[in-house]
Order: sequence, then C-alpha cells, then structure tokens
Amino acid sequence: MSLLLHLFTVAAVSAGVFFFLAGTVGLLRFPDTLTRLHALTKADNLGLGLIVLGLLPQCPDVTSALKLVAIWALVQLGGATASQLIAEFARRDGGGR
Amino acid sequence: MSLAVDLVMVLLILTTAVWTILVRDRRDAVIAFIVLGLLLSLVWMRLMAVDVALTEAAVGGGATGLVLLRACARLLPVEAEGALPGLRLQLAVGALCALVAAGLSAVILAPVDPAPTLAPAVAAHMDEVGMKNPVTVVLLAYRALDTLLEKVVLVLGLIGVWALAPDLFWGGRPASLRAATPSGTLDFLARVLPPVGVVIGIYLVWNGADHPGGTFQGGTALAAMWLLIMMAGLGELPETRALRLRRLVAVGPALFIAVGFAGFWMAGGFLSYPPGLAKPIIVAVEVALALSIAVILALMVAGPAAKEPER
Repeated sequence: MSLLLHLFTVAAVSAGVFFFLAGTVGLLRFPDTLTRLHALTKADNLGLGLIVLGLLPQCPDVTSALKLVAIWALVQLGGATASQLIAEFARRDGGGR
Repeated sequence: MSLAVDLVMVLLILTTAVWTILVRDRRDAVIAFIVLGLLLSLVWMRLMAVDVALTEAAVGGGATGLVLLRACARLLPVEAEGALPGLRLQLAVGALCALVAAGLSAVILAPVDPAPTLAPAVAAHMDEVGMKNPVTVVLLAYRALDTLLEKVVLVLGLIGVWALAPDLFWGGRPASLRAATPSGTLDFLARVLPPVGVVIGIYLVWNGADHPGGTFQGGTALAAMWLLIMMAGLGELPETRALRLRRLVAVGPALFIAVGFAGFWMAGGFLSYPPGLAKPIIVAVEVALALSIAVILALMVAGPAAKEPER
C-alpha cells in the first residue's frame, strides 16, 4: 500500500514538474503577453495542483494536508487575479507586445 | 543532488543581484530586487531558518519592494529616466560596496573555530520562558532591548517619511493608492482575500510563540490586506493627523517600553519578566507590536501627506 502511495507521489509530482517546465518554455517562447500569460497559468494551476496532489499521501496528518490544499487555493486566487490584471493592462496598452 | 540544487540557487541569486545593479530602467531594477528577495527567502528555507525566510519574503521582498515601486512612480516626473549619477559617485559607491563585500567574505571564509555561540544556553533555559520557538525567545526575552529599539526605529522611520510632506499638507492624507482606472478584478480580490489574509496574519503572530512566525511576518500580512483594500478603492487612506491612527502607530512600542519599566518592580530589571508570567506578557506585547507594525508599514508605503488636511 505504501509503495503504491509512493509511486502515486512520484508520478503526480513528475507530472506537475512537466507542467512547470512546459509553462516556463511557453513563457519564454510565446509571441505576446496574452499567450505568455496562458502558458504561465498552466504552471500555476496544473503544475502546483499536481505537486500538491502528489504530496498529499506523504502528509503526517490531516491538518498539514489541509494546509497544502489551502496554499494551492491561495496561489490559484493570486495567480488568476495577477494574470487578469496584467492582461487588462496589456489590452489597454494596445494588444501587448 | 542537493549540492546541485544549492549551486543552481547560488547562480540564480548572483545573476539576479548583478541584474539588479546593471539594468538601466529603475522599475526593472526594483522588480529584480523583489525577485532577489524571494530567492533569498528560499535560501533561508534551505538553511532551515524558517523565521528568517518568512521575514525576508514579507519585508525584504514584499514590503520593501512595494515602497521602492512607489518611490519609482513618484520620481518619474521629477528626474529624467536613465540619468546616471556622475562617474566619481559611481566609483565611490562601487569601492564602498567592494569593501563591505570583502569584509563579509573575510568573516565568512575565515570563521573562528569553534564559532562563538549562545545557542546551548538558550536551549537550556527555553522552559523558563514557556515558549517553544527559540527565535521568539531570543527576540523577546534575551535580546528584548534590541527588538524594542528596532520597533522604535520603525516609528522614527515613519516620522521621517511624514516629514517629507510640505508644511501646507502636514496632517493631511497621503496620495491615493487607488489604481488610475478601476478594475473589476482588483475589486474582486480586495473583497475575497482580506478575510483570509487577516486570519493568516493573526495566525502568524499567535503561532510565533511555538513555531516559526511572529510580529513582523504577521504585521506585514495585515498591512498587505489593508493596502489591497485601499488600492482597489474600497477604503480611503486616513489623514496622518488622525488621533486613532497615531495611537495605533504608538501602541506597540509604548506597551513594550511600559513592560520594560514594569520589569524594575516585577522582576528587578529593565525588560525582565517575572517567572511564570513571561509568556502572557510576551504574547500581549507581540499583539500590540503586530498592530503597530501593520499600520506603520502600510503608512510607509502610502508615503507623506499629499493633500491639505480637511477643516
């Protein structure tokens, strides 16, 4: 059972790292502000989400698991709002560069 | 493996530090400085100094970064962008920085062996104070005088910021923090986040007794929530002459000083705590300090008064 949980952790965290990598490549390679933001939010939502999901079985108790989920939710809120704000400014400046 | 991670961190930090200095645009330099603060907090985490990491992220990167960004915005109309100081000044700054770096590296590269430490003495007497976080014990019990002076310096710093206001505006409101164009997204965040952020701020202060956290980290979280509300235009900055505001600024240091003098007849010395009562006294002081720090930091970001006080 514990081996299965460890395997799950490795798989989920690796998938999360992949999304972070893909998001970073997108941030560096995509042509304009809006598409770059699109790449970045994938790293935030899916990347961090999968890493938190993978770490959940490793938590010693329910409280620390809940804290991890709370951190993910807060990063979601912060990341989504920040990218909306950046997008608003980019659009106002004329499409973004 | 962990050596590789450390090397990457070192490389990242050096690159960001050099970038902070070399970049021409002032605002880009401040943004690089904020990134540097976040990277440094990760390094403190690697060193297992969680208290320092939290403070670095909250104050070093966050609050200081915000103050610098505000300063950039205010400087723009005054000073031509890209104007560099004279060569002599640049050389002087460079030489002094090199001197500081050489001194620091001499200390780090040639450490005294064994390093002088009071850690075992602190660990042996932790129970007498009744708290489990050694950082808080050192800050508020053994080195309380340093901590007290540090908070007084904050108040002096705020007085210094306020003193920049022209006589006409003295006691008035600082320049509005509200975004030039209203944004529904910012408004949404300013309505949803503060309840959570305030709880986190209080949690950091309360938790500081036994776990990493404390007045500075908690106070900064509270200040950030207040600033967010004002940036979204959901609240107005108070007049700097408002009595309630000034009381909040003073309450933490004032209570700390009062506790210090009370120590003379309670335990026979300035800032001494009577046995058994140390923890409740320290927690009371911390709550007051967190309130003061929150208000002071927010007002430092807001800057000096920029409007005439209302009659």
